[in-house]
Amino acid sequence: MPDALLTIRSVEKSFGAMRVLRSVTLDVAAGEFLTILGESGSGKTTLLRMIAGFEQPDAGEIAIDGERIDPLPPNRRPVNTVFQHYALFPHLSVFENVAYGLRVSKVPKTDLDQRVEEALALVQMSKFARQSPSKISGGQQQRVALARALVNRPKLLLLDEPLSALDAALRRQMQTELKSLQRQVGITFVFVTHDQDEAMVMSDRIALLRSGVLEQVAGPREIYRRPRTTYTAQFIGQTNLLRGTVTHGAVSCGCFRWASREADGPVIFSLRPEDIRLADEAHMAPPRSVRFRARIERTMFHGSSELLELVDAGGRTLLVECAGSRDLHGEVLFEFAIADAVRVTETDAA
Amino acid sequence: MYGRAYKTAVALPPVVWVAAFLLIPYALLFCYSFWSVSGQNVVHAWTLANYRELLANSMYGSVLARSARIAATVTMLSVLLGFPLAYYISFHCSRRKELLYQLVIIPLWVSYLVRAYAWKTILGSDGVLNSLLQFVHLSRGPLGFLLYSPLAVLITLTHIYVAFAFLPIYASLEHIPRNLVEAARDLGASGPRMFWTVIFPLSLPGVIAGATFAFVLSLGDFLSPLLVGGPSGIMISNIVVSLFGAAFNWPLGAAVSLCLLLGVLAILWLTERLQHRLTFH
Repeated sequence: MPDALLTIRSVEKSFGAMRVLRSVTLDVAAGEFLTILGESGSGKTTLLRMIAGFEQPDAGEIAIDGERIDPLPPNRRPVNTVFQHYALFPHLSVFENVAYGLRVSKVPKTDLDQRVEEALALVQMSKFARQSPSKISGGQQQRVALARALVNRPKLLLLDEPLSALDAALRRQMQTELKSLQRQVGITFVFVTHDQDEAMVMSDRIALLRSGVLEQVAGPREIYRRPRTTYTAQFIGQTNLLRGTVTHGAVSCGCFRWASREADGPVIFSLRPEDIRLADEAHMAPPRSVRFRARIERTMFHGSSELLELVDAGGRTLLVECAGSRDLHGEVLFEFAIADAVRVTETDAA
Repeated sequence: MYGRAYKTAVALPPVVWVAAFLLIPYALLFCYSFWSVSGQNVVHAWTLANYRELLANSMYGSVLARSARIAATVTMLSVLLGFPLAYYISFHCSRRKELLYQLVIIPLWVSYLVRAYAWKTILGSDGVLNSLLQFVHLSRGPLGFLLYSPLAVLITLTHIYVAFAFLPIYASLEHIPRNLVEAARDLGASGPRMFWTVIFPLSLPGVIAGATFAFVLSLGDFLSPLLVGGPSGIMISNIVVSLFGAAFNWPLGAAVSLCLLLGVLAILWLTERLQHRLTFH
């Protein structure tokens, strides 16, 4: 990446016998909103703490604007963090919390007042400036933590699961706010979460981390449409994994068969539930598609859509998402476009 | 949830206890301080003579002043020794934390009397310290000022009350969320700056509690001055003891006690308010 702001090169980290990060290499472009997504224990927080300076890599390099930061202590890095539980100073007012970084860097009084007020206005917390952090709600504390980090105009803002403590409605609201705020200030965000929906909604790119290895780094659409591995396909959204073999240019997955240019051998395809649809008995199957009959085992009504659990002729269970308007039961004819079945590779056991 | 009779039954023993062993003795003490003695008899007639005597005789004032001075020095030393120890154990020992904490606590299980006696053997003219100093030829004869002096009282009291200062300071340090330390560093603060702007202010309630313990307990101490203080090291409680004992002047002793008690209550009230103001949740 030519204009990479943050470059992480072959970073390794172990805690005792536990290998937390294995040769992680990642570039983050200036102005980008990158999400490090992973389950708990995937090493995502460790990676973030390394960028902030709270952990040292065992090997590898971390650089900002081409200058290595990994030997620097946290206070000498052009990076600020929004902590998971906000970490506001309880003995300081909201104003003083936001002013903390500016006071440390000896910003003159008039400039300081103005910048703190601007930062508080940015997160709509101006009228809480004199309050104590313990007297404001979780969502408001979140905003103050954001202002406290942004006021220092860092090159890079790190966010460690900042929305995890908020309730669902507030969380969705903060997701949109955070995203538009990032566009407004133009600061590069590296956001850590275990919530794939959150990652999809907010990010320019998602770096999916699994057991200390980067599984795939791509934009939300691409990582959803073109997952590279079975793990990615299953972690991002729901999917049907079709396991089969290719012999002489023909794919055979259970009772499904179609022509393919893949090399001979075992294959796995990921087929999203919404890519399987009800077929019209009266019409011929469209070209390059597969039709099959399956028994509907269960239906889960979600309002705008309905999730069907099917069992096909081969006894395989499939998930299908369709518009939730018809009451379906018994044996039904389905079809999917061959192009929607995405070839994935098996993820090695961690 | 529980019946009235049950509640009363549960509350009665402690109420009786407090009344019998605290309220009534204090009331008696209060009454005695306004009575007087004539020969071997206590005269049950109200008088301010005891308080006049306290103001007139400069001995009481000067002993009280010395007691306060010793207590203040003990407090300062206890906090100065206890804080770094508590800080080190709380923030810089990850694996041996429990062990070190226990090592600080264990001396509290040893009788106070034994520890005060131990200092007598250390500081005496043929004690451990003097023998050592002579052995390495740092002094020719035994140093007399070590034992039976205010210095000896100071050393003994500090040794005893440093653990009392340590405990609340350690507790307050343990309660500081560690992510505040990281937040300060993240916002550009150096180690010392982080300490003075985050850890120290948040530890103040513990420091005040520890200082209060050390001051109040050492102000009223009478064993250490008795054992290692000598005539120049006596403190206000020794006066009270002798007034109630050999001098057989209970009313005057009661008056001295009451003054001391009021002083201590004032200190407790002040520090309580201060702690409350400095505590953030």
